[in-house]
Amino acid sequence: MIALAGIAVILIGFLLRLQPLLVVAVAAAVTGLAAGMAPVAILAAFGKAFNANRYVTAVYVVLPLIGLLEREGLQERARGLVAGMRGLSLGRLLTGYMLLRQLSAGLGLTSIAGHPQTVRPLVAPMAEAAADPEGTMPEPERETVRALAAATDNIGLFFGEDVFIAIGSILLMKGFLEQFGIIIEPLALSIWAIPTAICAFLIHGGRLMLIDRKRRAR
Amino acid sequence: MIGTNLPYTAAGAMFAAFAVWSLARRRWPNGVTWGLLAVSFLGGDRLGDVGNGILVLGIVVAATFGLRPPSVPAAGGEIRALSAVRYGNRLFLPALAVPAITLGGTFLFKAVPTLVDPKQATLVALTVAALAALGLAAWLFRPPASAPIEEGVRLMDAVGWAAILPQMLAALGALFAAAGLGETMSGLLGALIPGQSLIPAVLVYAGGMALLTIAMGNAFAAFPVMMAAIGLPLLIHAHNGHPAAVASLGMLAGFCGTLLTPMAANFNIVPVGLLNLSDRYAVIRAQAPTAILVWIANLAILYLLAFP
Repeated sequence: MIALAGIAVILIGFLLRLQPLLVVAVAAAVTGLAAGMAPVAILAAFGKAFNANRYVTAVYVVLPLIGLLEREGLQERARGLVAGMRGLSLGRLLTGYMLLRQLSAGLGLTSIAGHPQTVRPLVAPMAEAAADPEGTMPEPERETVRALAAATDNIGLFFGEDVFIAIGSILLMKGFLEQFGIIIEPLALSIWAIPTAICAFLIHGGRLMLIDRKRRAR
Repeated sequence: MIGTNLPYTAAGAMFAAFAVWSLARRRWPNGVTWGLLAVSFLGGDRLGDVGNGILVLGIVVAATFGLRPPSVPAAGGEIRALSAVRYGNRLFLPALAVPAITLGGTFLFKAVPTLVDPKQATLVALTVAALAALGLAAWLFRPPASAPIEEGVRLMDAVGWAAILPQMLAALGALFAAAGLGETMSGLLGALIPGQSLIPAVLVYAGGMALLTIAMGNAFAAFPVMMAAIGLPLLIHAHNGHPAAVASLGMLAGFCGTLLTPMAANFNIVPVGLLNLSDRYAVIRAQAPTAILVWIANLAILYLLAFP
């Protein structure tokens, strides 16, 4: 039970909206102490794992490019492109993006899109323009639209990538079951991901259509 | 051979430039944070484990003092709108070159394994794509040489502490594993299943995958725990479930949990900074209805199709 103390720290810290990096550091210390580790050993274990996971932060190498393009007017151009297309509603735009994201992730191309690469410079401004071609929407509503663009990227990615046979999660499942003498083909695992992928497309696509209908009703 | 060295050197150089830019403008917490990240990327392997731990503490201290919000852009909205009219769709070329080069590079590097470590092909390809597209943009638009750094650090400051949270959480996962957190949780959940019936076992398996993923931020960490505790003994052995179906649908139940947790920071918290959202949980809120409905659909697929 004492191993759960770290989770409790995370839960309380995130609920109270304390500085998240501090919360994580305290949770790590509490977890290590609960497991009977010495303070220096906790510091070393945390430092080692932090160093081993640098690839998570390496994706920001695209930021100078994205910033430069925004300086030259990329977001404005993305908005202009969409505002010129009458009939391209917010729901249709995001459903189309989700389909592209699911299909490309299903082919293993998970890194060709993402929040820094595509959502911030392209999808979010396009979604704002599709929701509001005249540019009269108040900021809180704009924020909801941008959040929906980010959410759609995540959903497309998560329920597309497991259809690809060589993605990390498939290899993890195969390797884990092999330890227990159960041999399965990666293809079988990826085929079983297809029904849920279709459900995710229909559910989120349906929600987007509902959002369109609500917006039209107003 | 090219492996993580190229992306890490590029990231290290970029963070070093961000640090110099910030320190020169007396933006101390930002300068210290990006500077420590530069040290981590350029020399992390030579610091030793304790050294890296101290480096992380430095970042935590700087972030707790509070990173400064991004500075006001030099080019205002009207200038950008004029520029957008001037360059038109040429603006999309470098933006679309990133996915195109990442895609081509990933295939090329995997086909020619002598040049690039195949395990790092995607990260190397993404770095090459970012640099090549930056070169293309510089050629097309002739910006001042300082523009990529100035505009890049503005975006980096907008993401702020959230940029480091995913890596911190990955490191926390290592300590969770050392403390046997997964086993404790699965023991608690296993005790919930009465008798031998299938419905509660399926519910606890899919629910446990989601909950454990919410707690740990990662379905990969939850999967071995729930599979060993419930999937294998109950669903596959006792109820003759199809192993591939139980595994795959269990993982997807975990993915539904990923959509609901701030612990999956790179998906749910980083975009909050990138998109200037005022609610820290805005992306999770936007995802929650879909995540819950997909979890239910996934549960139905598991119950109806995976068992004889």
